[in-house]
Amino acid sequence: MSGTAADPRYAAPRAAPRRRMRLSWSDPLLRNLFWQVVVIGGVVLLVWYLVGNTSRNLQARHIATGFRFLTQSAAIPIGESPIPYTPSVSTYGRALLIGILNTLRVSVIGVVLATVLGTLIGIGRLSKNFLLAKFTALYVEVLRDIPVLLQLFFWYGLLQHLPGTRQALHPIAGVFLSNRGIKLPWVDWERGDTGAVVAFVLGAVLTWLWSRRAAARQARTGVRPATWPVALLLLVVFPVAVWAALGAPFSLDVPALHGFNFQGGITLSPEFAALLVGLVIYTSSYIAEIVRSGIEAVAQGQWEAAFALGLPHGIVLRQIVLPQALRVIVPPMTSQYLNLIKNSSLAVAIGYQDIVSIAGTTLNQTGQAIEGVAIIMAVYLTFSLSISAFMNWYNAHIALVER
Amino acid sequence: MADIAAEAAVPFAARQRPPAAVVGPAAWARTNLFGSWWSTALTLLIGYLALRFAWGFVSWGLVHAVWSVPHNDAGQPNSAPCRAVIGIGACWAVISDKYRFILFGFYPYDEQWRPLVCIALFLGLYGVSANRRFWRRELGLVWIAVLALIMLLMHGSATLGMTVVTDDRWGGLPLTLILATFGLALAFPLAVMVALGRRSRTMPAVRLLCVVYVELIRGVPLISLLFMSSVMFPLFMPQGVNFDNLLRAQVAIILFAAAYLAEVVRGGLQALPKGQYEAADALGLSYGRKTRLIVLPQALRIVIPPLVNTFIGFFKDTSLVLIIGIYDLLQSGRAAVDDPVWQGFGNEVYILLAAIYFCFCFAMSKYSRGLERGFSRSRVR
Repeated sequence: MSGTAADPRYAAPRAAPRRRMRLSWSDPLLRNLFWQVVVIGGVVLLVWYLVGNTSRNLQARHIATGFRFLTQSAAIPIGESPIPYTPSVSTYGRALLIGILNTLRVSVIGVVLATVLGTLIGIGRLSKNFLLAKFTALYVEVLRDIPVLLQLFFWYGLLQHLPGTRQALHPIAGVFLSNRGIKLPWVDWERGDTGAVVAFVLGAVLTWLWSRRAAARQARTGVRPATWPVALLLLVVFPVAVWAALGAPFSLDVPALHGFNFQGGITLSPEFAALLVGLVIYTSSYIAEIVRSGIEAVAQGQWEAAFALGLPHGIVLRQIVLPQALRVIVPPMTSQYLNLIKNSSLAVAIGYQDIVSIAGTTLNQTGQAIEGVAIIMAVYLTFSLSISAFMNWYNAHIALVER
Repeated sequence: MADIAAEAAVPFAARQRPPAAVVGPAAWARTNLFGSWWSTALTLLIGYLALRFAWGFVSWGLVHAVWSVPHNDAGQPNSAPCRAVIGIGACWAVISDKYRFILFGFYPYDEQWRPLVCIALFLGLYGVSANRRFWRRELGLVWIAVLALIMLLMHGSATLGMTVVTDDRWGGLPLTLILATFGLALAFPLAVMVALGRRSRTMPAVRLLCVVYVELIRGVPLISLLFMSSVMFPLFMPQGVNFDNLLRAQVAIILFAAAYLAEVVRGGLQALPKGQYEAADALGLSYGRKTRLIVLPQALRIVIPPLVNTFIGFFKDTSLVLIIGIYDLLQSGRAAVDDPVWQGFGNEVYILLAAIYFCFCFAMSKYSRGLERGFSRSRVR
């Protein structure tokens, strides 16, 4: 092997020598250059024409361009907002920020719930139980073929037809369904709860470190030290101990009917609830198909080989099948997450104030059409690109390492 | 052969049925419904819920439903019988009373045979295009002719003695079909060009342009493009020039669809073995002939099933145009229950609309799966 470098046959292929471009139509280099100049020139001319028109139109309508309107006070009434906001006092910038936060709120909760529900339905379709398999197949087929906007209207209509607060439905203790929204109990947050959460996060990090050590030990000696007692200790006993040490505070803020309205608890507005339910159900039908095809893509021989090695069912699923299925699942799952985020813009149709809704009102009030649409696009592009980047990183992380 | 001979040698009377525990309905139920305690519990739970739901739906939708209501002398419907059964029975009378508005929107009542013929033409066009026997060059001409005929029928022409109906009065199912079909028919050539541009290795500037276009459009929701078409487009045009709302929405849908279709087509171009490109080059074909004769026929054939899936998505997405005030099928249905007489019966109309959308989408997805099976037949042993 020592002679390879000297052998000219093994040398890396050399690039073709650069040649000069001939000034002739039969030279492909010249033709390529010509067509590129034509295409780019056409696009530049088109943009120049549109920009010229736009600036003339803006002058004629006396609209000043720029983002100065962000600091003016906004006369937009906003129903639900995670940060303090007063109409006619707070600025347009703050209103738009609330829109972004509302979009994020419904997207994040929606992605988590849709993943859980979709995975369950997808696994259900593979079940040996005939009824479960048929029921989940029906769920997927029907919900995928109905526009999400129609589904949103349906859920919103259903929530609006709930009885008033006095006759609110009361399926389980502490939960009230009325046409004003859904009331849920919520914990009164205290120092002990914060302590327990911190302890849990700390425990999770330590458990992860321990399992890495265990894997290293297994690689060295072939014997894996038990993980579960350590995990139990760090993830359950430790947080509970911290919580107890800080006085074990626990009190639920349960909603109760006082007069014409509810006091206490947290409220999901009908708009938010309809949007969330619609998006989760619609997206979960797609995720179910992705999960099912991902699991089916793992060859039957992998299961059989793993069972032939005598591995228990849980280990086979976790260590043999899922890692291979994930490779098939992750790319389409990414585009479903992005779809959910983009579909959350349909909130504007049922009156949930997401970024599209608030930017739409802003551009109607101020006349800043270009800036308004630009803000909407910038926000969604930021979401899309950052999620794509993260999922690409994750995908590369779990991808098959080939030679 | 030996197996068959051995089987034939066994006298017929000696063959016995397998034991009842292995075949037959009881054995089927035991493996598929009551395989384990967990499976049994699921069967009982789902069976109970399904029966209850089915009974509830039959009772609401059939037994207690109101199918028609009396009309007063002025022809106004009286929805009192429906209001009496709210929560107990469905009010299908809203559909028998309003179905022409839901299907055709504000199209003049006496001229509604024209959109009806258009729907039939669309269905015929889809039927012919779905048949692989007709996949040839002439199909393109048929498409152009039928789409032109549909435009003529919808708009009307004074010279032919037809009433002119401007497109602000179009609505309902024909409008949804127009948005979807024209959108895809015009987006497809654009998508092929963008996909080829994105694959180009000799023209980096064109490739960059295509990449930016595709990623920009795919990164934003369709609503933002529709907003752009309705509030920004008038600013882009010289003063005095203005396109109507429907045309602008159609342009937005075409630009949106083209970006997604381009990615699907690109998948087909990538899936084509490199040898095909090299063989075409070796024959000395020019870029245009290589693409037209060798690359596209094979690449497009690979991507037909995913293309149909993308079509399904766009068919559903056309419903978003209601946000900028266009009366497509969904918006006509919603407007039908804005009538004070029928207020509050939205869910019955939504069920009808869902059924219409479902029929179109389900037919497409069945078709796509059939094609996939047909294409993979050569690869499956």
